[in-house]
Amino acid sequence: MCAKRVTTKPGDVQTTGHSWDGIEEYDNPMPRWWVWVFYATIVWGIGYSIAHPAWPMLTKATPGLLGSSTRADVAAEIKRFDDANATIKQALVDADLTTVSADPNLMTFAQNAGAAVFRTNCTTCHGSGANGVAGKGYPSLLDDDWLWGGDIENIHLTITHGIRNTTDDDARYSEMPKFGVDEILEKPQIDEVVEYVLKLSGQEHDATLASAGETVFVENCAACHMEDGSGDITQGAPKLTDAIWLYGGSREKIVETVTYARFGVMPNWNAILTEDEIRAVALYVHSRGGGQ
Amino acid sequence: MWDYLKLVVFGLFAVGAAIAANYAHDTAYLVNAITVMLAAGIAFLVVLRGIGEPKFINKNEYMDDVIRAGVIATAMWGVVGFTVGVFIASQLAWPWLNYEALQGMGNFGRLRPLHTSAVIFAFGGNALIMSAFYVVQRTSATRLWGGNLAWFVFWGWQLVIVLAAAGYVLGGTQSREYAEPVWYVDLLITVVWVAFLAVFAGTLMKRKEPHIYVANWFYLAFIITIAMLHLVNNMAIPVSIFGSQSVQVTSGVQDAMIQWWYGHNAVGFFLTAGFLGMMYYFVPKQAERPVFSYKLSIIHFWALIFLYIWAGPHHLHYTALPDWAQTLGMVMSIILWMPSWGGMINGLMTLSGAWDKLRTDPVIRMMVVSVGFYGMSTFEGPMMAIKAVNSLSHYTDWTIGHVHSGALGWNGMITFGALYFLTPRLWNRSGLYSLKLVSWHFWLATIGIVLYASAMWVSGIMEGLMWREVDANGYLVNAFADTVAAKYPMYVVRALGGGLYLTGGVIMCYNLWMTVRAQPSRVTSHSVVPAE
Repeated sequence: MCAKRVTTKPGDVQTTGHSWDGIEEYDNPMPRWWVWVFYATIVWGIGYSIAHPAWPMLTKATPGLLGSSTRADVAAEIKRFDDANATIKQALVDADLTTVSADPNLMTFAQNAGAAVFRTNCTTCHGSGANGVAGKGYPSLLDDDWLWGGDIENIHLTITHGIRNTTDDDARYSEMPKFGVDEILEKPQIDEVVEYVLKLSGQEHDATLASAGETVFVENCAACHMEDGSGDITQGAPKLTDAIWLYGGSREKIVETVTYARFGVMPNWNAILTEDEIRAVALYVHSRGGGQ
Repeated sequence: MWDYLKLVVFGLFAVGAAIAANYAHDTAYLVNAITVMLAAGIAFLVVLRGIGEPKFINKNEYMDDVIRAGVIATAMWGVVGFTVGVFIASQLAWPWLNYEALQGMGNFGRLRPLHTSAVIFAFGGNALIMSAFYVVQRTSATRLWGGNLAWFVFWGWQLVIVLAAAGYVLGGTQSREYAEPVWYVDLLITVVWVAFLAVFAGTLMKRKEPHIYVANWFYLAFIITIAMLHLVNNMAIPVSIFGSQSVQVTSGVQDAMIQWWYGHNAVGFFLTAGFLGMMYYFVPKQAERPVFSYKLSIIHFWALIFLYIWAGPHHLHYTALPDWAQTLGMVMSIILWMPSWGGMINGLMTLSGAWDKLRTDPVIRMMVVSVGFYGMSTFEGPMMAIKAVNSLSHYTDWTIGHVHSGALGWNGMITFGALYFLTPRLWNRSGLYSLKLVSWHFWLATIGIVLYASAMWVSGIMEGLMWREVDANGYLVNAFADTVAAKYPMYVVRALGGGLYLTGGVIMCYNLWMTVRAQPSRVTSHSVVPAE
């Protein structure tokens, strides 16, 4: 594998003397630079594999002279940030949530941390702009229409324990009856009450059916949604008088909701996030616009 | 006697497949079983009709009809594979193309393996099998060994493609990248591949040339290594003999390592070694120049074969794979750089003294660009295998761009060159129908690749940077959805590039079709050239 200098032009070089279907091969030496770069990569490879964990032995691999470890690198980097943030995180955990906004230092940290927690964990359902997914049951967090309360304590509670999950006993729970499926209401009654709900929310409706529907509403729906349809945040019953609809506000969609009911679930984040992260994201969500 | 044995085998397969279809546990298996039944039934009828007919085979002529079939299959599967590619690229840019009605069949997740398998195994596989049969006969100056076994390889491979494709769409998959075909398709692949090896090696053994030409080393290395990779990576136990699903023997990080040992060497031996075999025949033939350096071909061949097989762990950087395996994967990948470039040097330098042909011959231009993209990808690959680079590029579109500059540029272009070379010769035509259309194909494909690759570089590096961006407190700055939204313009450019490439492929098919249809014929000898 010697690298001789090419002294002749390719045309002057002899071929190897064979011919396959008319193809011949020159007996050119290998390009010098090619050979030397090849050697260099081999030398570098040997050096690198001595410096770093590389060669498998009987029970474990050679650790390498530099003792490098990707796991240790990650752990060290995480620790660096944990150490740097430890004090302010503790301050956030100790703080009274309602007064954090008065401390600009703490509030800035909470906003940044909360935004990051939100992007990583919440955007899947609530969208990267916190706008929810209209009609699919993922609430927007930007408006002032809160299912379970929009003050900082309620938001904190919702994030910590979640809603209607089976993994946290402290998760807030309520269940809308399946008025159609369980035959609580007859089909005509559902049509009537839906017209009444359309009337409540100021949409186009059949006045005759709606007035019949008022009785149905008062007897069946008002316990949770209140007689005036203003909803009840203590049991997660949505307000029906505005134009904000979790699962769609058209006649068909409301019929579907009354017939089959809805059951939106949110996980309890205390299983995944630490208390400082939950507080940070609660403050972040609270400050998005709709916080009360 | 031999024919009657074939009748019995095909008959048994047809009946067996019908019974299997009756007991099928899942749709993929059902459709596959019916396909096998029909295929075996047709084979049965063809053999039956041929019984007693006198057969005239001139043993002194090359066996070219199977190669003609291979040329047609290569061109056809190419266009099919590119079309699916353009469609799924568009699905990524415009998600509404994942039509509600197509859910479970035509959504991106189901079509993506259809695209990769169609271009690698249907287009690339047919190109390799077809060209291997052509090259080994010419450079050994002898007819293919094994008679109709070559036809079995051809039709067996088409059956593999159809079974795998139908399976993917219907949910029959092993979920192993580039090894998605389910267990019974894997068995068929094994049988076909052994037959391929037998035909190839048998022809080499009865060669009339004293030495084995370098192209054949690469083809042989490709066939043997793919056999080994295929067997090890598909060790699975079927859940039921009447179902498509199976359970892998290995699990966890060992399984991941085996999968990427396979995955990387599918690139290394299927898409590199095999296609280098094509390059070593078609480039000197088209350029009418001797190969640059025999020494270089020996050294880079053995270095490539030895090193490629170790490079797989670079697909698992920063995963549960132990550090030592990652180090070795990275080191071997970097040492692999020069051995890979040996092929590029031999290809390009073969043209020295014939550079003027670049101006006049669009086919040689295609081959040169192909070798150029080969060189670029085999530099980019080792670079991306460096852990520091990989920590940015891994899981991003950069990988997609890298693969496509290799696949579209190197594999695609050298195959187009080979198809343009072969079609007039195999059909005895005086030349290609239109060199101007070849030029059009060349420019559409080249511009398409440049758009594709640069869009994916930009998109990949951008998303890699966005993913790793943290603020002063160590918190992530971007949501994953933000990176997806940011990639939209690049996805549009990518789909456009793919569209140009597909258009070029369609133009090629038309050109080849018209070459066979409209060009005046030329009398050429197909008799075996005696050894000197």
